[in-house]
Amino acid sequence: MIESLVDILSWICLLLGGAVGIIGGLGLVRLPDFFTRLHAAGVAETLCPLLVVLGLVLQSGLSLLTLKLVLILLFLLFTAPTATHAVARAAVIDGIEPETDDTDSEPTPGERSSNT
Amino acid sequence: MTLVLVLTTMAIFATMALALARALKGPTVYDRINAVNVFGTKTVLIIALITYITGHADLIDVALVYALINFIAVVTVLKLAKTRDLASSSEEATDHD
Repeated sequence: MIESLVDILSWICLLLGGAVGIIGGLGLVRLPDFFTRLHAAGVAETLCPLLVVLGLVLQSGLSLLTLKLVLILLFLLFTAPTATHAVARAAVIDGIEPETDDTDSEPTPGERSSNT
Repeated sequence: MTLVLVLTTMAIFATMALALARALKGPTVYDRINAVNVFGTKTVLIIALITYITGHADLIDVALVYALINFIAVVTVLKLAKTRDLASSSEEATDHD
């Protein structure tokens, strides 16, 4: 009884994690601005690994595999916001401005350094 | 059981395809770096899921190492895109752009 309950909980976590990943990917493609796309990437990078790793941990119980999965999750949760912050800071310093409703603001000057 | 794991793997593959589309399309270089960061995170999850699908418990070490490498790679590429020179210290980095 408890076994099947944990299994169902694990399936829900895994499928929800996949769905959140797809939502984040869609946002990454469809959103109009660099900073809004960064926001979508933040969803795909923190909530999706959290749910998927939680589902996998519920599958394996208490073992060495679980310990390594939790280590992966901890490391991802520490580094993903750091990397996102670094990218956003570099973009701001480079002069990319968020799209706003102001009509009198200049177009983003960061566009010219677009290609490497 | 395996069906759920494979379905989740397919969903994460779709996310990777979308991130790759943004990495190829993205107007600024920061869009590309961000998309590659998402791609690397999803790769870690794919390897973890493949560990459970195949039952080879050793594969989880590969995912652990990939999670470590991915962060270093993103920060390094960001610095390379910013300064055009990995050897320069950040104080003497002139603005090339």
